[in-house]
Amino acid sequence: MILDYVIAALLVIAGFFGLVGSFGLLKLPDQMTRLHAPTKATTLGVGGVLIASMVYFFGVAGTLSFHELMITLFLFLAAPITAFFIARVQLRNHVAERDLPNPAREGTRWAGHLGQDSSSD
Amino acid sequence: MLRKLFPHPLLTLVLTAVWVMLVNVLTLNAVVFGLILGTIVPLVTAAYWPDRPKLRSPVKIVEYILVVLWDICVANVQVAMLILFKRNADLKSTFVTVPLELRTPEAITVLAGTITMTPGTVSADLSEDGSSLLVHCLHAPDPVGTVHDIKSRYERRLKEIFE
Repeated sequence: MILDYVIAALLVIAGFFGLVGSFGLLKLPDQMTRLHAPTKATTLGVGGVLIASMVYFFGVAGTLSFHELMITLFLFLAAPITAFFIARVQLRNHVAERDLPNPAREGTRWAGHLGQDSSSD
Repeated sequence: MLRKLFPHPLLTLVLTAVWVMLVNVLTLNAVVFGLILGTIVPLVTAAYWPDRPKLRSPVKIVEYILVVLWDICVANVQVAMLILFKRNADLKSTFVTVPLELRTPEAITVLAGTITMTPGTVSADLSEDGSSLLVHCLHAPDPVGTVHDIKSRYERRLKEIFE
């Protein structure tokens, strides 16, 4: 009985964060800020469903399931890399190098802008 | 010989464990096939892993994972608040440069991934010499403080783990 409440609560939390993440995609003003919504809110959204699933299979069905751990692992590997790719394409094509802060060391450039003339867009 | 057959023993173990968890039952069958995969995959991909990353102190790794998981939960609530209750005009989103003390590619990769997964920050680019990371903050009224948080909370721990 308590288990049902825990699972239900986890699913509701997950649904809430999934919704907020999707809403953020619509609401935030530009490409870079929009990146923040799915990489955060959706992670806990999916995470909540996965924990709920683990709790269900362990508590109700009585089996230990590792698939959820694996999904979490692959998600945590894939999400930052996808975000990094999107950010880099956005920076290279739509943000001028002079609008970015300089790297900490003199004389180096951001890798995403290499091969582009630093004076042009 | 052994070194040639298992260029990355840790990777072999991880791949075997992952395979067993994917199969989701602990049988000899699964372990043997996992070991076969764990031998073949590192051999085939050895060219992409020229060095073995050295990992120090498993306790520190567990501590790091717990810190990051906690921060991700906090991050979700904070970002949800920003999305729901802050007007777009009030968002102070900005780029900051994080100077890196980490030198190994594996450590920098983990740091960049961690930054992306935690409060209101996404790592966007790396400088060509690997000495600094470009980070985009969703809402950073105090950019210097944000950089300091990243360095003291994550980079310090990663330095203890990897270097």
